[in-house]
Amino acid sequence: MIEKRPGLTVLSHLVLILGVVIVAFPLYLTFVASTQSAAEIAQSVPMSMWPGSHALETYKTALFGGETSAGSRIPAAAPMMGVSLVSALVIALGKIAISLLSAFAIVYFRFPLRNLVFWMIFVTLMLPVEVRIGPTYEVVSNLGMLNSYAGLTVPLIASATATFLFRQFFLTVPDELVEAARMDGAGPMRFFIDILLPLTRTSIAALFVIQFIYGWNQYLWPLLVTTNEDMYPVVMGIKRLIAGEAYTEWNVVMATAILAMLPPALVVILMQKWFVKGLVDTEK
Amino acid sequence: MAAITLSHILKTYGQGAKANTVIHDLSAEIAHGEFVVIVGPSGCGKSTLLRMVAGLEDISGGTISIGDRVVNDLEPAERDIAMVFQNYALYPHMSVFDNMAYGLKIAKVPVDEIKARVDKAAGILELSHLLQRKPRELSGGQRQRVAMGRAIVRQPQVFLFDEPLSNLDAKLRAQTRLEIQKLHRELGITSLFVTHDQVEAMTLAQRMIVMNGGHMEQFGTPEEVYNRPASTFVASFIGSPPMNLLQQAPNTPAGRILGIRPEHMGITPTGWPLQVETVELLGAERLVHARLGTESLTLRLDASLPAPTAGESFCITPRADKLHWFDAKTGQRITSA
Repeated sequence: MIEKRPGLTVLSHLVLILGVVIVAFPLYLTFVASTQSAAEIAQSVPMSMWPGSHALETYKTALFGGETSAGSRIPAAAPMMGVSLVSALVIALGKIAISLLSAFAIVYFRFPLRNLVFWMIFVTLMLPVEVRIGPTYEVVSNLGMLNSYAGLTVPLIASATATFLFRQFFLTVPDELVEAARMDGAGPMRFFIDILLPLTRTSIAALFVIQFIYGWNQYLWPLLVTTNEDMYPVVMGIKRLIAGEAYTEWNVVMATAILAMLPPALVVILMQKWFVKGLVDTEK
Repeated sequence: MAAITLSHILKTYGQGAKANTVIHDLSAEIAHGEFVVIVGPSGCGKSTLLRMVAGLEDISGGTISIGDRVVNDLEPAERDIAMVFQNYALYPHMSVFDNMAYGLKIAKVPVDEIKARVDKAAGILELSHLLQRKPRELSGGQRQRVAMGRAIVRQPQVFLFDEPLSNLDAKLRAQTRLEIQKLHRELGITSLFVTHDQVEAMTLAQRMIVMNGGHMEQFGTPEEVYNRPASTFVASFIGSPPMNLLQQAPNTPAGRILGIRPEHMGITPTGWPLQVETVELLGAERLVHARLGTESLTLRLDASLPAPTAGESFCITPRADKLHWFDAKTGQRITSA
């Protein structure tokens, strides 16, 4: 709809700006707080809206840990970010690999109980991590996977969402393409690698972005399966800072929060082109 | 030698009481180097038949041989055939070159030979300047040629065409028809071509199989099929406008159907009395739709002749040597009329 009415233009811009403010203001506040000293935040009410001058030392403390001026001991965020990065990558890539293969099996192979299998996968959509967290914990703990990357990632890898998305995509690939590949002598795996994967590229990219953020933002599950500080992801680290010693160093909390936001933001920004393409267009 | 022998081919879907037979006991011999068109209305089983030859559908009964090999249980790639699909089925992410080379790469043909074969095919099809393009950057006609190129480079014993022209506009279709004919003359490869378009069938075929409801109605040259249709179905399917089939024309015995093509009748002072309903001018000729008693009848007249107008009555005489007789019950041609 294209209309040339100045009033409407102003209004729509107002709405958009309002939206941006609602989203961006908390982010800005986080950033501002992370550049001030803990004392400044505690003493000035309301908090100053302008960035302070303690950014460097705050971020240094947040990243590498140490003692603050007030005497609290801050754990380093850098290794926690490492844990988060590895888990998020393993979860995202693992989900994509497994979902691609299971969707491939469901769409292209006629095996007994094929529909039952599909529906069983589909039904797990109704059971998010939180619902099955008790039994899953039991299994992971019996397998001795507590405090390990396997424990952090494997239970989160199986994904009905991704399987379903790939299935829908594969269903749109024309049958004639499959038949043409058969005539050309391509076996099932050859077809999968040479034809199907390249066509699925953009969907894979979109899913990678979504799943990376999903993996990075995991909180409840790591809380259960990790007791060892070396295996804490950064999201847990933020919470620990707040619940920490008697006196909460809000500047460090905010700095850690900003640090924790950076990698997912980077992934989105770097893969934005692919991400949008994967969600809207199908290259056929 | 790459003759195709279809013997007692049967195709059923489902099992037991719910079984649905789509091809009934069909046998045909296609000679080496012959261009055979399978034509019929939609749902007559023509595509299924082609796909059975291709190996994309299981064969429920009978045998298919290509050359002297029975291919019933061979994978499509092992049958030494190539197929051109209706929607071309080009790999969208590959360049034209890669599309044509893919089958050869899988067959582990040496790289320089792949290049030589693709270049040669591209030359024949005038695709040489497009080899690096992606299919989406090509026009419909070009895509169609790439699809043919992909078939040619494999140097198969048999070409299979599944309605390859139906996505082209009328002008391009006529042009591609000529190109396919030329290609067949040059390469001399046995070809099976499926279409629902009788013009394509008549112009391309050396011999044609007319199918209806899973049965082969007639297998013959276009002349035979047009001049001596084996059944009322063939008579009404081939030819436009179709042959007039009359049960109540003068001198028609009971239990017989008289067939007469629209162009085989002329206006005469006496003869069959007709009542004109509508007249259509097609340029060089005129179609006169008229009634003979209770039956309708179409007449094709040269446009230069004086035309009857709607509502008018006149008489016609059919050419005695162009009458066809069919059995009213079975619809089969009666040879000794």
